[in-house]
Amino acid sequence: MKHGIPASYRIAVASRAVAAILGGYGVAALATGCLSLALVRWAGMARAEAVMTATLLSFAWFALAAIWVFAADSAWRAWSGLIVSGAVLALGWATLGGA
Amino acid sequence: MTMLRKGQGLRQSMAWLHTWSGLLVCWVLFLVFCSGTASYVKDEISLWMRPELHASLNEKTSPAQAASRAYAYLQREAPHAERWFLSLPDARNPAISLFWVRPATSEDAGKPALARLVSRTLDPASGAPIPGARETRGGEFLYRLHFDLHYMPAVWGRWIIGFCTMYMLVAIISGVITHRRIFADFFTFRTRRGQRSWLDAHNAVAVLALPFHLMITYTGLVTLLFLYMPWGIQAVYHGDEKAFNAELATRAPRVKPSKESAPLAPIEPMLTQAVTHWQGMPPQRITVDQPNRANAVVSITRDAGRNINTAAPTMVFAGATGALQASLGDAQGPANVTRGTMVGLHVAHFAPPLLRALFFASGLAGALMVATGALLWAVKTRQSHARIIAQTGRTPFGLRLVEALNLGAIAGLPIAFGAYFWANRLLPIDLAQRPDAEIQAFFGAWALAALLAQWRPTRAMWRVLLAAGAVLLVGVPVLNALTTSTHLGVTLVRGPVVLAGFDLTVLALGIALGAAAWMLGKHAAAPVRAGAPRAMRSAGEVSQ
Repeated sequence: MKHGIPASYRIAVASRAVAAILGGYGVAALATGCLSLALVRWAGMARAEAVMTATLLSFAWFALAAIWVFAADSAWRAWSGLIVSGAVLALGWATLGGA
Repeated sequence: MTMLRKGQGLRQSMAWLHTWSGLLVCWVLFLVFCSGTASYVKDEISLWMRPELHASLNEKTSPAQAASRAYAYLQREAPHAERWFLSLPDARNPAISLFWVRPATSEDAGKPALARLVSRTLDPASGAPIPGARETRGGEFLYRLHFDLHYMPAVWGRWIIGFCTMYMLVAIISGVITHRRIFADFFTFRTRRGQRSWLDAHNAVAVLALPFHLMITYTGLVTLLFLYMPWGIQAVYHGDEKAFNAELATRAPRVKPSKESAPLAPIEPMLTQAVTHWQGMPPQRITVDQPNRANAVVSITRDAGRNINTAAPTMVFAGATGALQASLGDAQGPANVTRGTMVGLHVAHFAPPLLRALFFASGLAGALMVATGALLWAVKTRQSHARIIAQTGRTPFGLRLVEALNLGAIAGLPIAFGAYFWANRLLPIDLAQRPDAEIQAFFGAWALAALLAQWRPTRAMWRVLLAAGAVLLVGVPVLNALTTSTHLGVTLVRGPVVLAGFDLTVLALGIALGAAAWMLGKHAAAPVRAGAPRAMRSAGEVSQ
């Protein structure tokens, strides 16, 4: 809206919006799958209960991820935070789910 | 507007996030809050919109009588349906509501099963629709609008609303973080200061009902939990949702129709058995899967009563023999109870009248929170562009768009609600597709208001549209008095209280809109305070 906003700023904001919407959903989805498996494995919960617990918590991760994306100092940092946590969660999912 | 900068601190970045995530989703959220607030009194709205039913309000029919009358009706009208759904009368709803899914014909190819849903409202005393009663979707339309939207496949609406709800959660959390003096600000209200007043109003309605806003947002997402987040099921069950539901064991699995037909066993013995099992708690809902097939399944779900948990226990019977197959949901796991309780908090079926009124008021506070936030953005932006606007005489495109959308949504939606209720009373009773015509009145009136708003998003148009909404809503009790015999003159003295409550609530909302229109006019006529920038006065002024 304001005149004279540099294109680099616009791109950075667009990049963060994508990170928050798609990246945030991705992290929440991975966290839900990973936590479901972890609760079954380590907490000894019944399968349906574990899935329900993890899924009930999923939107909190999404919100936290979106807030992280905009609290981070730069779009790069925002993305790297998502990618690192996503990779750890994906690894956890693969390890727990593959066994 | 401030920009997102490196090293600016959490509070500033959260202020930015609050502003933009809020603006992105505010118009959809305003619709969701308004229709959701109306859904708290869905049964009462449906009742008001079916005046032919008012006479049977004081009749008491036992659930068993109502169920067997509904069964008889369905056997006559829809013996070959795929499923039957029966809602039995309760304290809030005197009628029997029926739905069935009619068998698919070649014309239905490619359409969702919802397109084959047929609904009827029966008088519990006769077990048949009241002759000459108007057809309407009543409060059910507003309830569906709340999470399905309209004129699009329901699943799209659910994803759009899920997205907006998710970003409302983000806006609420970032709004709290950015809020330095959350307690003190609640007691601060600076009237007639343009931007300041909008900020104070936004803070007041947001903080006043903050626990409600947080609760309603999160539990709203929980109502459609596995649509939005199927990944836990994917991880543990490899996507086999049937296996998950079977282990959750709260509702009967669906069955494919068998080739053999077999008449349904009478419902009364099953009801007796269920009620005994529940120690006298009444049944609320009956679902019959594949009626009159050999493998028909009858599920009877208990009335939730004053329980917050909506996942009420269900008894499952073989439809053809009446033999008990399973008793579900008697001992639910803690996570499942948590889910049921969250959904229960969202839909508030448990709430007695006074608490329901409090939920209704909190929902209105939510609508006001969204509306004042959207207006605050416009006022603030207009102020920060004041110099450019004064120099060029033109309003930036984005600002004009937001102002017009604000006007069309905030002042336009009450007009849509008013038009819906007016159409219910004024359309000919025997009009074909009458429920659809009522809904067209809702969207037609709203579209007209939104177009007027896009054409001229000015203060004068705010007054016109607010006044139109006020006239329509204040007119509802008057229209009711002219068209039915259960109007305020009768209901205030002899009841039923719910009908008087509807008329009085709509009247109060209409008066509030009228007051807003009047104050807007008064304010415009007042002289500008010395030293106050012109753009401070309010949105929409300069484009006049």
